[in-house]
Amino acid sequence: MNPTPFDIFVLPFTVGMSLLFAYLILKYASWIWYFDRDDKLKILRGLFSLKSLKAAKEIFLESLIHRKMFLVNKRLGYMHMSLAFGWFLLIVIGAVEGHTYMGGAAPFYFPIFFVYFVPDDESFFFARGFVQLMDAALLLVLSGVVVAIVKRFYKRIVGMKSTTQLRLRDKMVLYSLWLIFPLRLFAESATCGLHGSGGFLTGTVGSLMAATLPLEAIEYPLWWAYSIDLCLFFIGLPFSRYMHIPTEMVLIFFKNWGIRLKPDNPILEEVMVLSCPRCGVCIDRCQLNTAVGNHDTQAVYFLQRIRNSEEHSAQAKNCLMCGRCESVCPVGIDLNAIRLRHRQNFTPETFVPQYNNAEARKVDVVFFTGCMGHLVPKTKDAMVKILNASGDNYWFMDADGGVCCGRPMKLAGQTTAAEKLMAKNRQSIIDSGARTLVTSCPICYKVFREDYNLDIEILHHTEYIKRLIDSGKIKVGKLNTAVAYHDPCELGRGAGIYAEPRAVLGAVATLAPVPDECKNSLCCGGSLANLTLPSADKMRIAQQTMTSLTTNHPDVVATACPLCKKTLNRTQMAPVEDIAELVAEAMK
Amino acid sequence: MNQVIMQQKNIAIIGGGPAGIEAAASLAGLGHHVWLIERDSELGGHLRLMFNLFPDKRPADEVLQEMLTHAQNPNIEILTNTQVVDCQQIANNRFALKTDKGQTLEADAVLMATGYRLFDAARKEEYGYGIYPGVINSFELEAMLKNNALKNVKGEVPRRVILLHCIGSRDEKVGNHYCSKVCCVTAVKQAIEIKRRHPDTEVFCFYMDIRMFGPYYEELYREAQEKWKVSFVRGKISEAAANLDGEIQIKAEDTLIGKPLHMRTDLLVLMCGMEADTDEPVAQQLGIARGQNRFFRSADNYTLYNNTNVEGVFTAGACTAPMNIIDTIANARAAAISIHNYLGCRS
Repeated sequence: MNPTPFDIFVLPFTVGMSLLFAYLILKYASWIWYFDRDDKLKILRGLFSLKSLKAAKEIFLESLIHRKMFLVNKRLGYMHMSLAFGWFLLIVIGAVEGHTYMGGAAPFYFPIFFVYFVPDDESFFFARGFVQLMDAALLLVLSGVVVAIVKRFYKRIVGMKSTTQLRLRDKMVLYSLWLIFPLRLFAESATCGLHGSGGFLTGTVGSLMAATLPLEAIEYPLWWAYSIDLCLFFIGLPFSRYMHIPTEMVLIFFKNWGIRLKPDNPILEEVMVLSCPRCGVCIDRCQLNTAVGNHDTQAVYFLQRIRNSEEHSAQAKNCLMCGRCESVCPVGIDLNAIRLRHRQNFTPETFVPQYNNAEARKVDVVFFTGCMGHLVPKTKDAMVKILNASGDNYWFMDADGGVCCGRPMKLAGQTTAAEKLMAKNRQSIIDSGARTLVTSCPICYKVFREDYNLDIEILHHTEYIKRLIDSGKIKVGKLNTAVAYHDPCELGRGAGIYAEPRAVLGAVATLAPVPDECKNSLCCGGSLANLTLPSADKMRIAQQTMTSLTTNHPDVVATACPLCKKTLNRTQMAPVEDIAELVAEAMK
Repeated sequence: MNQVIMQQKNIAIIGGGPAGIEAAASLAGLGHHVWLIERDSELGGHLRLMFNLFPDKRPADEVLQEMLTHAQNPNIEILTNTQVVDCQQIANNRFALKTDKGQTLEADAVLMATGYRLFDAARKEEYGYGIYPGVINSFELEAMLKNNALKNVKGEVPRRVILLHCIGSRDEKVGNHYCSKVCCVTAVKQAIEIKRRHPDTEVFCFYMDIRMFGPYYEELYREAQEKWKVSFVRGKISEAAANLDGEIQIKAEDTLIGKPLHMRTDLLVLMCGMEADTDEPVAQQLGIARGQNRFFRSADNYTLYNNTNVEGVFTAGACTAPMNIIDTIANARAAAISIHNYLGCRS
C-alpha cells in the first residue's frame, strides 16, 4: 500500500471536475423532476430492466464508437470516435492502472496525474503493459485532435462542404479541449524524459525533449497547465456545445425507457437540443443549403438558436420537413418534431376549416384522394379506373372535393383546426364500415396512420395496387417504358414505404436506377411544410432533384405523391407521372 | 440611280407573322432588300388563327390581307416553309444565314420577329386540359368562332361557357410572373361574340384583375357587362373535373364576397398566356440576351426598344413581350426605322 500522493496542482482539475459533477447531477435531477407522471413511471420501470442494458450498448456504439456517423462519413466518424473512444480508454485504463497501484484506494485525481506521481515504478502488476496501453490511447486521441484542428481550417479533409460556425464561447472551450491532450503528452513526456521511463510515445517524446529542453524547469509548469486546462474545459463544458457529451448518454437512456417527445412537455426537447454535438452532418444533407444557398436554417443552427434563446421563428418555418437531416442524425434527434413544436409557438391559430358533408356509404374500401389529388386529375382518374377494375366495393369519399385530411394545417401549426377536421373525417370513415382506407396522397396517408387512431387497415395506393396485382384482381402488362422512381418524403422517410412502389413499377415498366434513392432520396421542394420558401427557390430544389432523377435518361419519372408530381412537372425536364397512371395504362 | 442600288442593303427577317410582314413592308418601302423567312407554308402567324380583333371587332383575315397587300413589293423575297438552321457573324458586321433549303443568305442586319408560343395549358393539370374534352384553350374557342362551330362535347350549343383568365400568366408556380396583357380583353371579345350568336348561353369570366390597357378596351368591358350580360367573377378556379355527361364541374372562390363556388359548365375555356420561344436556334447562336421573363431583352426599354445586345440584330413584336396586333404593327415599323438608321450610319 502506497501513501496517498498529492500536489497542489491537482486542485484546479479537482475543483473543475467537482463543479461539473455537481452541475450535471442538478441538471439530470431537474429533468426527471419536470417529466410528467407517466414519464417518471417509465423511468422507474425501465431503470432495472433490459432496456437499460440496451441503452448502455447504444451508448457504447453511438457515443463512443460513433457507428452512425461512420456510416454517413468515415473520416468525420473517425475524428469523433478517436476523441471519444480514445478519451474513454484513457479514463478506464488509467483508473485501472491507478487503482492497481494504490490497491483500490486511489483518489479520483490520481489516475489523471499518475505519471507525475509514479514516474518510474514498474514494480506493480502489469506496469509495463499499462504504460504502453496508455500511450496507445493517448496517440488515438491525439490523432483525432489533429483531424479536428485541420477540419476547422480545411473542412474538406473530412469530406464536408460545410462545417458549423461557432460562437466565441464555443471557440474558447474548443481550444481548451484541443490543448488538453498535447499538454498531457508534453507533461507526461517531460516526466518520462527526466526519469528515462515511459512507453513508445511518452518515452520517445521524453528523450527528445530531454535532449533539447531544460526539462527540470518546464516539467512542473506543464503539469500545472494540464490541470488548469482541464479545469477550464470542465467549467466551460455546460455552457458550450460539449454539454452534448453528458447529455447524449442520458438521452439514450430516456429514449430506451420509452420517453417520447410530447407537444406539451419541453423537457425531452431540451435534452435533445443539448444532445446535438453540432457535428454538422445535417448541413450538407439539406437542399435549402445545396440548392438554395441558405446557411442558417439547417437543424444544427436551428437547435443552436433554441439553445442560445435566440430568435428562431424564421428557422422554425423555413424547413421542408423532408426528413433528410433526421435520417442521418447520429444522435437520433427528432428534428422534424422539434421544428413542428416551435411552429405552434409562432403561428396564430386563425384558420376555419371546411368540412366534408358527404354521406357515408357502407362499403369495404374507402378511397380518399385528398385535396392535392383533385389537382392532378390524371392520377385521380387512373385510381378510379383501377378501383372499378378491382371488383372491390368502394366509396370515393371525397369525390366532390372540399375536404382536407388535416395534416397541412398541422404542419402550419394550426393544431385546433386540424383536430376538428380530423374528428369529422374519422367519423365518416367509421360510418362507412370499411375495413380498408386507401389514399393516393402520402401526406394524407401519414396523418391517417399517425393521428386518426383508426381501427382499420390504412393503405397508400401503391400498397393497394401491389396487393391487387399480387392477388390477380387486376391484370397488367409490361409497358415499354424506362421509369425512374422518386420517393416522396412523406411516403419514404415519413412512412417507410420504399418496396411497394418499386414492386409495382417493376411489374408494369422497367425501373431505371437513381443516384439518391430510398432513405437518401431528395425532396421535390414543393413541401407543404414550408410556407415561407419563395417559388423560385422551390424550383431550384425541384431542378436539383430532377437532375438526379434523370441521370440514367428515363422515359418517365414516376412518383406516388400528387404534390411531388406537380412540383417536379414544373421543371419541364422530363414527363412526370403517378404510379397509378402507369398502372392504369398497363392494365389489360 | 446607281447610287441607290449600291446603297441597297439586305435584311433577313426571321418570322413571317404580323411583325415580320409589317417590318418587311416598311423596310422594302425604304428601298432595302428583305428576305422574309417563315417556317410555315403561309405568312400570318397566330393572326391567321384569329376570328376578329379587339377593340373594333374587325375580322382578322381582313387585317391580315391588308398587311399582305402592303408587303407585295419586289424588294421582298418571301421564303415560306423555310427555317434558318445556322447563323454566323461574318466580316464587315454582316451575317451569314443558312436555311434548311440549302440557301446561304448574307445579310447586313437581322430582324427577329419570332413571336411567341402559347402557354401549354396541360401544365396546369388541375384544370383538366388534354384530359377532359370540355376543357379547351382560348385559341380553340377562337377557331370554333371562326368556323361557326361553337359546340359542347355532345355537339350542342353550350348552355354555359366559363372563361378562366390568367392561365400561365402572373403565375409564380409555372415561373411566369408577367401579365400576358391581351388575354383579358380577348376574353371580353370572345364573351361578347358568344353572346351575340347565342344570347341564351350563359357566359362567365373568372379573373384575378381585369386589365383593360388599350383605347376602347374599358368600353368593350362595359359593353360586355351592360349590353351582353356577361358575368365577371373575381377569383381563380382551383380545380376542374368532368362528370359522366362530359360536363365540367369547377371549384372556385368568389373573392369579392368571400364564398366558395361550385359550378357546372359545358365548356371551360382557358385563356392561355404568351411565352417566349426559347428553343429558337438563331437567338442561341447569336447570343441574344433574354430578360427574366425569357423574352428578348431590349438594349434600352425607352430609347432602343428594338435593339438587342448584338449589333446588327433587332427585334420586333411579341418576341420582346406579350403584345397585341395594334402594338405589334407599330413596333414593327419602329424596328424598320431603327434598322434603316443603323444601316445608314454604316454606309
